[in-house]
Amino acid sequence: MIAALRSEVVKLATTRLWWVLALILIGYVGFTAALLAGLFGALGDQLSAQPNAPQLPPETIAPVVYSTVTAVGYVFPLILGTLAVTSEVRYQTLTPTFLAQPRRGRVLGAKLIVLGVTGALFGVIGLVASLGLGAPILAATGTDARLADSETWALAGRVVLAMALWAIIGVGVGSLIQNQVAAIVSVLAFTQFVEPVLRFGTSIWDWTAAVGRFLPGAASDALVGASIFTSFSGVGGTVRPLEWWQGGLVLLAVAAVVSVIGYVTAWRRDIT
Amino acid sequence: MSKHFGAVRAVSDVTFTVEPGRVTGFLGPNGAGKTTSLRMLLGLVRPTSGSATFGGTAYRDLARPLSTVGTALEASSFNPGRTARRHLAVYAAAAGIARSRIDEVLTLTGIAEAADRRVGGYSLGMRQRLGLAFALLGDPEVLVLDEPINGLDPEGIRWIRELLQHLAGEGRTVLVSSHLLSEVQQTVDRVVILSRGRIVHEGSLDDLEGAQRVLVNAQDRAALRAALLAAGLAVVDTDAGLAVPGTPADIGALAYRAGVALSLLQPERAGLEEVFLELVGSGEGAAA
Ligand SMILES: Nc1ncnc2c1ncn2[C@@H]1O[C@H](COP(=O)(O)OP(=O)(O)OP(=O)(O)O)[C@@H](O)[C@H]1O
Ligand SMILES: [Mg+2]
Repeated sequence: MIAALRSEVVKLATTRLWWVLALILIGYVGFTAALLAGLFGALGDQLSAQPNAPQLPPETIAPVVYSTVTAVGYVFPLILGTLAVTSEVRYQTLTPTFLAQPRRGRVLGAKLIVLGVTGALFGVIGLVASLGLGAPILAATGTDARLADSETWALAGRVVLAMALWAIIGVGVGSLIQNQVAAIVSVLAFTQFVEPVLRFGTSIWDWTAAVGRFLPGAASDALVGASIFTSFSGVGGTVRPLEWWQGGLVLLAVAAVVSVIGYVTAWRRDIT
Repeated sequence: MSKHFGAVRAVSDVTFTVEPGRVTGFLGPNGAGKTTSLRMLLGLVRPTSGSATFGGTAYRDLARPLSTVGTALEASSFNPGRTARRHLAVYAAAAGIARSRIDEVLTLTGIAEAADRRVGGYSLGMRQRLGLAFALLGDPEVLVLDEPINGLDPEGIRWIRELLQHLAGEGRTVLVSSHLLSEVQQTVDRVVILSRGRIVHEGSLDDLEGAQRVLVNAQDRAALRAALLAAGLAVVDTDAGLAVPGTPADIGALAYRAGVALSLLQPERAGLEEVFLELVGSGEGAAA
């Protein structure tokens, strides 16, 4: 198993994919965090002066800025995990992979672990961007950057955990939908269109909101505990978002279900 | 073993044994089922029925697969973004093979100079050599090669022939597939011929030849013909000389006893290819 893990590490490290995605993550998260920090910093006073404007309590501004890592960046570890599997299918490297390690379950297990760790690394990289740009801008605009607050660092830890889980889900998705184009289109369509629509749609009534909070993106936001998407949508009413650990368990369950289905169906297929 | 892909009967009741210390050719036309058979052997394709083992152990139960069986399959299975050295490093890590071995196989297969270039830019022959480098990575006792000669230049073809014979000479087991008998006939000791998913011949090349012929000639062709006829052989006149049934050893001895100095003594290889095509053709007829 150690050998299988090492092989997966070498696989990831010897292609450009991981650092290209990491760079885009830095750029995207850094930009969004800076924008939000600047916006809230500058507009905070005006917003609170207007009772009709969406309200954002000042103590939630910093978490919202820092949680952009997951709020807008979770798709990067998800895609990395998916591509880690589908690129092997596309380039037919499953042949040498399974020749070197014929116990296919171990290969999948090693991928899940290595990509999980890489997802966590993406979380750290994303935090460097969101904290590194967000905190100084908040400070400069006179908003509390909350860097001394232990809750901020607990949030950072949960961000890292969420990013790890998303990468693991990606591996599961890739093992289930092995065609690279189909897998990426599915991931983008679900995360960028289907789920946002569902989340918005389900938030209308209480009974649907009770179901909608179990959507993976909502669970991810619950796990992290802050998100630009949940801060404004008045999830008032009686339905509360999931607890952070419940959100984590939902993501873990999604990862387990797709991985097991992928293993049982596609992963054990003939390699021709 | 048998393998059916839906309605396609790719391989039907194929049974054979490959012995150590020899090069065994696995021959058949396109679509005969060679690659499917080899992939079943390696646990990549699940047989519809039957099983295959290496010295009694199924591939997926081997303790150290790459150090027991070295494989180069026809598909070029590379991530084009990796260099050859890194490609090999991935599988050396998976199989617990020392990194120093990577340089050895890169040098052995003649791609050491291109080892740090991305494989995406490799020529067909270079990919084929990288496939061989992967096969040799674990210094295995058994080699399974699917059409390794495809795309190699003449120097490469000679090199691989010598390599395979050298490896078999060390007591290793070599199974090499091809769709051309002529491609491997100088290399292989035994052949298994497949057509339409069934074995149509298994044995030595000599068995295959049936009636072997020799092309022989002398300055004094009339004396040679007389000697051959006196031995009761059917002689056919050709431009190059006289074609007679028998082996070079027999005919040479015969000419020596008759005191005829030979200018040519050559086994007829054209007959072999004909027999091969006939076998493969008859297989097709049977399956149709
Ligand atoms: N995944 C698959 N699905 C359906 N049919 C397949 C599959 N793989 C192989 N076949 C069929 O099985 C038969 C044998 O194919 P195979 O690749 O084993 O032949 P081959 O002897 O290796 O041919 P070649 O010399 O062209 O490499 C062919 O009819 C092929 O179409
Ligand atoms: Mg083939």
